This record gives sequence, C-alpha cells and structure tokens, in this order.
Amino acid sequence: MDLFEYQGRDLFERHGLPVLGGGVAETPEEARAIAERLGGRVVVKAQVKVGGRGKAGGVKLADGADEAQARATDILGMDIKGHTVGKVMLAETADIAEEYYFSYLLDRANRTFLCIASVAGGMEIEQVAEEQPDRVAKVAVDANRGVDQALAREIVAGAGFPAEVADQVAEIAVKLWAAFAAEDATLVEVNPLAKVRDGRVLCLDAKVTLDENAGFRHADHEALVDQSAVDPLEQAAKAKNLNYVKLDGEVGIIGNGAGLVMSTLDVVAYAGADRGGVKPANFLDIGGGASAAVMANGLEVVLSDPSVKSVFVNVFGGITACDEVANGIIQALALLEQRGEQVTKPLVVRLDGNNAEAGRTILDEAKNPLVERVDTMDGAAERAAELAAAGK
Amino acid sequence: MAIWLTKDSKVIVQGMTGSEGSKHTRRMLAAGTTVVGGVNPRKAGTSVDFDGTALPVFASVGEAMKETGADVSVIFVPPAFTKAAVLEAIDAEIPLAVVITEGVPVQDSAAFWAHNVAQGEKTRIVGPNCPGIASPGASNAGIIPADITPGGRIGLVSKSGTLTYQLMYELRDIGFSTCVGIGGDPIIGTTHIDALRAFQADPETDAIVMIGEIGGDAEERAAEFIKANVTKPVVGYIAGFTAPPGKTMGHAGAIISGSAGTADAKKSALEAAGVKVGKTPSETARLMRDVMS
Repeated sequence: MDLFEYQGRDLFERHGLPVLGGGVAETPEEARAIAERLGGRVVVKAQVKVGGRGKAGGVKLADGADEAQARATDILGMDIKGHTVGKVMLAETADIAEEYYFSYLLDRANRTFLCIASVAGGMEIEQVAEEQPDRVAKVAVDANRGVDQALAREIVAGAGFPAEVADQVAEIAVKLWAAFAAEDATLVEVNPLAKVRDGRVLCLDAKVTLDENAGFRHADHEALVDQSAVDPLEQAAKAKNLNYVKLDGEVGIIGNGAGLVMSTLDVVAYAGADRGGVKPANFLDIGGGASAAVMANGLEVVLSDPSVKSVFVNVFGGITACDEVANGIIQALALLEQRGEQVTKPLVVRLDGNNAEAGRTILDEAKNPLVERVDTMDGAAERAAELAAAGK
Repeated sequence: MAIWLTKDSKVIVQGMTGSEGSKHTRRMLAAGTTVVGGVNPRKAGTSVDFDGTALPVFASVGEAMKETGADVSVIFVPPAFTKAAVLEAIDAEIPLAVVITEGVPVQDSAAFWAHNVAQGEKTRIVGPNCPGIASPGASNAGIIPADITPGGRIGLVSKSGTLTYQLMYELRDIGFSTCVGIGGDPIIGTTHIDALRAFQADPETDAIVMIGEIGGDAEERAAEFIKANVTKPVVGYIAGFTAPPGKTMGHAGAIISGSAGTADAKKSALEAAGVKVGKTPSETARLMRDVMS
C-alpha cells in the first residue's frame, strides 16, 4: 500500500525523524486554519500518488492564510495525470541549501533490503544513477542486523555526504531504518533530504509503501487506506474477501489461482484484439477452493460491473474436483436469482483437470441457457470475447 | 531420480494438526509420500491417525529429525507464526523446507532467508506462498495434486500453482520428473535459477518448462543463466501481459513497478537466451511436445 505524502510525514514524525510542521486539508477553509496554525509562508501540495505534481501545478507557495486558502482552492479538484486531487498538505517552508536523496527498499534479486543514498537529491534517482553512477551509494542491509551507527557511517561515507551533515544524516539513517522495520515498510524514500540554511538536515518529502501482508500486526494501517480512490467494485469484492482488481474491458473473468487468472486475462485480450478490441474487465481469483458460495459472490461482483458483457469462468480442477465447481456455478446462478439479481449476461465456462468430464456433464444437464461450455482455455476465451463484442 | 525430492525422502509436517496441514498430510500420504510425523510443541507425544496410519507429533523439528530421520519439512502454519517455524527448520539443519503459507510479511521472509545464509545455507527453502514440490510417482511435498500426471522426463519450475497444474495436465502423457512451485512472493527461498541448475544436472530430466509472471527480474536473470549454463531445451511461459502497472495481481510479488517487471521484458530476455516462449499455456505445452517428440 502506497501512502500519501502527508501520511508518510506523520509516520516519520511519529518515529522521531526531523520533518517540517504540517497538516492535511480537504477544503480551502481547513487549509486556511492549518496555515494560520503554522504561521508565515507555507507550501500547499496536492496529495496524489503519482510523480510530477510540481510540473502539473500541484505545488504552490503561499504567504499567509489568505493566500494558502486561495492556492488550496486552485489545487483541490485539479486533475493530475488522471488523479483528482481530494486533499492538500500544507507545510512550513524551508530555506534549502543542499538537496540529498535517501531511501530503504526491498531488493528482490538479492533477497534482502537496500539503502540507496546520494548527495545529488531533488531529482529522479534513476536519472542520477544513470548519468552519475558514482554519486549513488547502494548498501545492502541485512534484515536481521538492520542499520546501526556503524552501517549508517558506512552509508554516509559511501554516498560522500559533507562532513558538517554527517552526524545528522547518520542519525536519520538509523531512525529511518527503525521506522522501516517497525512499520513493515517495503519502501521509505526521502527526496529531498535537505540541508537548510541554519544547518539542520530535514526530511522534506516522504514516500512510503507498507506491506499489506503485515496488516495483521498493524491494526492502525487499515485507517491509512484511501477509501475515495478505491473502486466501488473493488470495495464490494474486498468486503466479500475476494481477490479482485477492476480493469477497463468488457469480459468479466473468474478463475482459480493468481497465475491462471493473469494468464486468462492475456488469452482473452489476444482473442479480443481480433473482435473489436474487447478486453478483460477484471482480475478475480477465487482461490483453490472455488465453493458455490465463493463462486456466487464472485459472479455477483463481476455481473454488477455495467461494462461487463460476457463472463469467462476458467477453472482448473486441481485439489477441487470439477464436478464440485460445476455444481457451484449452477448453485451460484440459482443463489443470485434468489437474491433478486437478474442474470442476463452469458457465461462461458471452461473446466479442466480433476473430474472434468463429470463437471461438464453437470453443466450440460443443467441446461441453463446462459451457460455455454467450451473445453479449451483458448477456445473459451475466443467465445467469451465474441459474446462480449456482440453485446457491446 | 528427480530433483530435491525422491521416493526416499522422509517428510514431516509443521502444522500437521491444523486444518490445512491435516488435509494435505492425508493427500501426501495417499500420493505415496513417506510422511513420518508432525511438529507441534503443544501436542508433542500424541499421534494423529490418517486413514489407519498413525503419525507421531514431535515437540520440535530437531526431535522429529532425530527420531525419524526426516529430511523434508512442509510448513502449513499461519502467517504470524511462519517466521518462527522456518527459523526452527533452519536451526535444525533440515535439508529441505517447503513453505506453503500465503501472506507472510516480506520482512519475515527476508529475516529467515538472512538467517539461512548466515547458517551456511544448509537448508533449501522453497516458498513461501507456493504449492510445493512434486516428483510424480515418487513423493509429494505440498499441495500439488499428485494424480494429474505420472512420472516422466520433463522438469517444471513455476511461480504459479494453477499454471503448474495446467501444464502438468496438458503434458500428462509425457510425464514429469519433478515440478517445483517456487511461489509468487517478492522474496522466495528457491529461485528459477536454482531449479534450472538442478534440472540441468539431473540425468532423469530431458527438458524444462519455466513459468514466470510479472514483477521483479527473476525471469531476466534466469534467462542469462540459461544462456550460459543450460544445454537442455527450455520452454517458457510468462503470465501478465495485460496487467496494468502498479496493481498487485493476486500474488504479492506480481506487480509492475514503473517500467520494470513487465511480461514483455521477460519474454524478450528468454527468447534472446534461445528459450521458446508460448503465447498461451496450451501453446507452451505444444512447444514442449515438439521438443519431446
């Protein structure tokens, strides 16, 4: 889960990292109140989870509360790369002397964590790494040893931080790691980490990604989810404990296993390319079990998507037998009718694997006019795409 | 002979007394696996009956190994307890630990991996968030359905469980030496490269299926490894060509970050290494069929 900058700033503050005073506002009036509290010159920053907001006009300076309110009025509701600005962060301003870069992140390839630090901050680190690789220090962090003073000093020396900020940066390095570990983060990025005119080193931006798998030991992380950005269908699916991602096509997809469902999306997209460009409407993995109740919940969410014109149910019976899955589909359709749902969209079902023949027989004998059986994944994808194209 | 898991493997189950653990212990036994016991400190000294086979419950992995000669542990404990279970397996120096659990925090996986490295990598860890390893006809450590395919001479390594089953099913007339599900998490113990190296060295494997998906660069690195080290034919499949950037697609590790981790990049890397990459699972099976004919 990616946090907004203001959430990252709050998290940094809680962990004792040096940040500037700030607050978040959803209305110009709230922005005004925060500006009054902070006093003097403030910066008003659009809260969007996408880069390049400065260039898009989403970051403005304001002298005093009146101007802060006016700038917040400008920025709230603005569209930045498809993200509507619903919140602005107001923060004190700093007189920046130097800008650095500092981050901890997951290093998948080496199965550990990595610190990336550079004295060339304020710009994209990828660009610095490409143009001036000698100015970027990459130091591996052992998950069990973490970052102590000794490693912090190594990072500071490796990146070539100036002597007058070395102590402060080392302290930040230790505290930032403590925050990273304590919050189960997979990324904390400070860009810029800045030296201001009075000599202090401050974290002026905060980009934080938290590990959703660690939610069970962080009851407070749930509150950080941005409900306004969650797609209503994704929200409905989550409430039913379904692994669903909304996409922008017309063929609803239900399958078992993340890999098989990803593969199903691809196969449908290939088939759709020749049929008026229809595409998959969603990712939905109903898992290994694929019981009737789970199938009914899945179908309900997928069918409630108005852009869905056909549904492709793609199940490989591994542990679950296909006859159970077939019964599940028929029961799910009956269950939906009982719930008062009008099911009118065609379903293409492909069952393969354990007890496939029995499952197919059950589908045939049910004689549900909406259910069409196709026995290969590629063939079924083509049929589902065809039906979606016809329904468009 | 297969890789890592053979008919001589003696398997214990950490979490055998739980619902998933007991369900799959029964299945592993039915598949002919030599399961010799379970581990649960609170139920040590008792035994669990599986359709007439009484399996003893031990207090620790170390005790189970001492008493039974176990050399494989399959781990079914919930995410909050997985780190402790894997650390215990590592400290007992069990040669193979298969971590089935889904939803393990990545810092926990990083921690047990770092511990394994510090201990000299005496334990091969497979997973977490994986279906396990099956050497069809010989032994089954995990949740891969044992009856999809008989034994044979294709080796398979995959990030995805159901795509593994799909390929096993499509090629069941040819059969498999070993199928390894390495899991879809960002940090995993055994990689595509580890499996490729073992299959290359295995005299009973003639060709290899490699299944990957979006996220990370494991497939790109595997492609480099294949180019330099693998002389047996490799057929590949990658899932997630149509996945949008920034969205996690079911597996915690299946996410395109910026321009990195795309299916296109992985496919290109594999093709540059001489690997034939199927457009769909069925086409991948056909490519392997051509190799084996």
